[in-house]
Amino acid sequence: MKARRDRTSLTALAPFLWLGLFFLFPFLLVAKLSLSETALAMPPYAPRLDWSQGIAGLKAFLAGLDFETYARLPTDRLYVVAYLSSLKFAGVATFILLLLGYPLAYAMARCTPSVRRALLMAVILPFWTSFLIRVYALIGILKPEGLLNVALRAVGLGPVSLLNTDTAIYIGLVYAYLPFMVLPLYAVLERQQHDLLEAAADLGCTPLEAFWRVTFPLSLPGVAAGSLLCFIPMVGEFVIPDLLGGSSTLMLGKTIWTEFFANRDWPAASAVAIVLLFTLVIPIVLYQRQQAKLTELGR
Amino acid sequence: MWTKALGTAAVLAMSVTLAACGQGGGAAKEQTLKIYNWSDYIDPQILADFTKETGIKVQYDTFDSNEILETKVLQGNTGYDIVAPSNHNIPRYIIAGAIAPLDKSKLPNNKNLWPDIMSHMEPFDPGQKYTVPYMWGTIGIGYNVKEVAKRLPGVNIDSWSVVFDPANLAKLKDCGVYYLDASEDMYAVALNYLGKDPNSKNVADYQAATDMMVKARPFIRKFHSSEYVEALANGDICVAVGYSGDILQAKTRAEEAKNGVELAYVIPKEGSQVWFDVFAIPADAPNPTAAYKFLDYMLRPEVIAKASNYTQYANANLPATPMVDASVRGDPNVYPTPDLFKRLFVTTTKDQALLREVTRMWTRVQTGQ
Repeated sequence: MKARRDRTSLTALAPFLWLGLFFLFPFLLVAKLSLSETALAMPPYAPRLDWSQGIAGLKAFLAGLDFETYARLPTDRLYVVAYLSSLKFAGVATFILLLLGYPLAYAMARCTPSVRRALLMAVILPFWTSFLIRVYALIGILKPEGLLNVALRAVGLGPVSLLNTDTAIYIGLVYAYLPFMVLPLYAVLERQQHDLLEAAADLGCTPLEAFWRVTFPLSLPGVAAGSLLCFIPMVGEFVIPDLLGGSSTLMLGKTIWTEFFANRDWPAASAVAIVLLFTLVIPIVLYQRQQAKLTELGR
Repeated sequence: MWTKALGTAAVLAMSVTLAACGQGGGAAKEQTLKIYNWSDYIDPQILADFTKETGIKVQYDTFDSNEILETKVLQGNTGYDIVAPSNHNIPRYIIAGAIAPLDKSKLPNNKNLWPDIMSHMEPFDPGQKYTVPYMWGTIGIGYNVKEVAKRLPGVNIDSWSVVFDPANLAKLKDCGVYYLDASEDMYAVALNYLGKDPNSKNVADYQAATDMMVKARPFIRKFHSSEYVEALANGDICVAVGYSGDILQAKTRAEEAKNGVELAYVIPKEGSQVWFDVFAIPADAPNPTAAYKFLDYMLRPEVIAKASNYTQYANANLPATPMVDASVRGDPNVYPTPDLFKRLFVTTTKDQALLREVTRMWTRVQTGQ
């Protein structure tokens, strides 16, 4: 009995090890960096931990850390505007993704199993091409002399100038993240039992009512999963706004890039990243809690 | 439920990472020289010839911005034996101790360097203690001749006012204007246009340049340091502030594509910035011996002339000049006339506080924030 419990706890250890090694450790490194100061040295920050001094070195190192960089963040409107703008982009794109993804997933789940498999494949297929190449392809479509304008001209419309605008960023975001929205939605919708809808019909629901009162509430975990899966990486997205957006678009990914590369200010870049992490972690934790509560109630 | 979906995503991400890892590793027994240079910036034949002559294998990696290079080098242990930063960053590398001082006794061909050009390197590497020049060039205006003539009839395109004066820009807006996304380069030419010291240490000067560029901003389609090559060549935009070689490359591409796009490059009459891309040996280079061999090889007139023929940039090697193709050597935009040369200036490093201010102002120019 005891031996078996040991083995299960060992298996449980694996994900913790993984998290510790690939999340907690890098996180601590970044956190440490955010408390340092810039310096013209290799690497370009101070203080650095001097192990040869033993405990004294560690003490000197800890004494050198401060929260000055964090104190500077709210004093410049730039960071606040970048946060808000990133949240806006991610929020609006998530909403569009839901509007597009839900009917798509719903239709897929209603198909026969063989068609379903083919459609599922079609959703995953874009992953076989590099993300970067797909974004570059979008440039080819959206640019002034691009495919879209050529097509529009052929039917006597346009031209529209989309590249390097906020609209282009939305197009890029929605395009790139659609599978991440469709897959979790499909997973919950596919598993829903048909009897429930029949029961709803027997009890006098019209199909539309049945959808809103049965299908949709039951699919909420999928809606939440898809939204989080899209929203979180979109807030920190760098490639899409950099390649498709205009110069006036301010997003956090770019702000961090500027701090890190143009200002050689690693502490400031780290501080911005840490604040971003916390603003994203809090809603997830709240969601987790609520989910846990719901499961308990369900039982 | 959503954790399960996350798991799928993680598996996907992992397979991508594994594929990327497959390329590294494998320490070679034979001598290897690791070079980190700008993308598309050397005739591959030169590297092959070097390996043939010395038996040293070359591993050649590329970057496309000074910021990326500096961040990597300052982190240390890059494994590179040769890096190619640009002039305004050099003092920072020197202070940080990131690049090693040169042992000139190992560079007998260093005598070939062109004294007139070398005097322009004094502000950032006094006495040429740390770096060997590779290519040099200017910042100027690249433009689509026909489209600009249509919008600015009768205007002689020879002044920075084409890209800094809102009255001109308003007419060019519909056809597309690009600025470099390189704050230090843009401020240098903007300060010079305003009649101020391009190496000014005075924040107020930068504020004046910022105000001017903020007024120009509504007419700028994009700030980018490399996209303009494609965009000009395809006829997607009609004016770009850019690097001489890049714009000449765009011109060649447009001619090859026969798409009716006719491009030109001009060094404005107010003067412009001359930049240098130099070779340096990182302080922690694993194979400095091979690095010296390579540097001395690149200082041979016939080798560097070949490099210039490929990049269409000028080099700083005096005996090499007659060996450079006449089309490159004879182009005043590449090898400026002595008169034009007098109007060129060079920039050097800003201290951290000023750099921060300038980067912040540059963000304001780009975003209005």
